[in-house]
Amino acid sequence: MSLSDKEKNTVKDFFAKVVSRSDDIGNESLTRLLVVYPQTKSYFAHWKETTPYSAPVKKHGITVMGGVYEAVSKIDDLKAGLLTLSELHAFMLRVDPVNFKLFNNCLLVVLSMLFPDDFTPQVHVAVDKFMALLSLALAEKYR
Amino acid sequence: MVDWTDFERSTILDIFSKMDYDTVGPKSLARCLVVYPWTQRYFGNFGNLYNAAAIMGNPMVAAHGKVVLHGLDRALKNMDDIRGTYAELSVLHSEKLHVDPDNFRLLADCLTIVVAAQMGAAFTADVQAAFQKFLAVVVSSLGRQYH
Repeated sequence: MSLSDKEKNTVKDFFAKVVSRSDDIGNESLTRLLVVYPQTKSYFAHWKETTPYSAPVKKHGITVMGGVYEAVSKIDDLKAGLLTLSELHAFMLRVDPVNFKLFNNCLLVVLSMLFPDDFTPQVHVAVDKFMALLSLALAEKYR
Repeated sequence: MVDWTDFERSTILDIFSKMDYDTVGPKSLARCLVVYPWTQRYFGNFGNLYNAAAIMGNPMVAAHGKVVLHGLDRALKNMDDIRGTYAELSVLHSEKLHVDPDNFRLLADCLTIVVAAQMGAAFTADVQAAFQKFLAVVVSSLGRQYH
């Protein structure tokens, strides 16, 4: 399920439109991941706290969204573009890839919540596909 | 048997009591057909589903969206035995409609996204968790009688 040129433009346009709220999006998405899927907290035992909107969550949300935006800029070749990030996740972080789907779910809910008029079904399908491909590229080096 | 906290129970009932079924139902089903186009396989006689605009304007989709959303009413009235409540519906979807149960999860995801858009900031993380838990139970119950 690859992205058509139209979908790539839809993704780029949408993310460019919401870039000013990128920090909020990250904060909300990560907070929801930890609340809605509590098992994901297992990856953050080394944090001082995992409470909603707390400092570590906010900071990490920014990091994660940085990765998402990097992927947007490399949308024409995610596998090559996210090689370093994939190695990081495969060999160092070792996040079970099933969690990428859980994060994607939270991201979509947050985008819908914050941008109800812009997150149309057409934008939804393009972003959903993009996040799925991003997740695949991220898992590329796992085995 | 599922355990509901007081917060979860009241949150879920509150969301649905305030919900505009005539808007949310059609939007959710239409979104499902657009975002997961393979779900269109069950609606061969619904006429024009050729593109997103057609789907979103299709009156049969809208009507059916309301039917499906009202299907949740039974679960809301019987939150302590959703599995038993949906046994018959599960058999119907399996034996008569032949719907792949994974589709229930896809529609539930779209419903969540539509409700998030409607509720905005009121759709907090805790509310989202309660809502998704309710839908997960419904989805599981609807798939329970498949064999």
